[in-house]
Amino acid sequence: MLITIKYFGQIAEVTQREEESLEFSGSLISELIEYIYSKYGILKKKDFQIAQNQELVSLETKISGKEIALLPPFAGG
Amino acid sequence: MADKKIKNVFRQGAISSEFIGDSIAKHQTKTSIGAHNIFLGQVRADVIDNKTVSAIEYTAYEDMANAKFHEIREAAFEKFELTCMHIYHSLGTVKAGEICLFVFVSSPRRKVVFKALEFIVEAIKADVPVFGKEIFEDESHQWKVNS
Repeated sequence: MLITIKYFGQIAEVTQREEESLEFSGSLISELIEYIYSKYGILKKKDFQIAQNQELVSLETKISGKEIALLPPFAGG
Repeated sequence: MADKKIKNVFRQGAISSEFIGDSIAKHQTKTSIGAHNIFLGQVRADVIDNKTVSAIEYTAYEDMANAKFHEIREAAFEKFELTCMHIYHSLGTVKAGEICLFVFVSSPRRKVVFKALEFIVEAIKADVPVFGKEIFEDESHQWKVNS
């Protein structure tokens, strides 16, 4: 499945890009995160939540959506 | 009135006092309102390790953030007897002392607006994917985290 991964704030600062698209065959969010860690090791030390199609999900969630986002701590207001 | 359409809450740069004043003026025709309550978030010049924050640069996951603002809106109209509600949040650079968040609630009676405003502001802080880069006077930065 073709997935778009979006990065924000200090996560985007590490990945040095705001999004990328990739063909991914894994089934769980955790597998995708492992893949992202293999690409950007420093992210292991960063705090973030994961959204799939704009809803927060856990590592055990199945990948069903086309848009996954890595969200650092919120700072609105 | 509850509005089902998802609005764009974001404004580029600081929210001016003229904009806030105009918003208040626009409600003078809505004479069922007896009480307004307003929250203004202002960028604080925090001092961290002897360095002073001069501005915050805001970014957001805009689609998700607008959807979350919409959910908060719907929840607030469900929970409280509100006549209307407006939320505006800055994107981009907002200098220390400038306004980055404007929440405006109105109701026939006062007690509701105190509770509603706190509910809305706390939900924004906790649930909306907005990110803030605190820029220091020497141009170094750190990432803001809501506490």
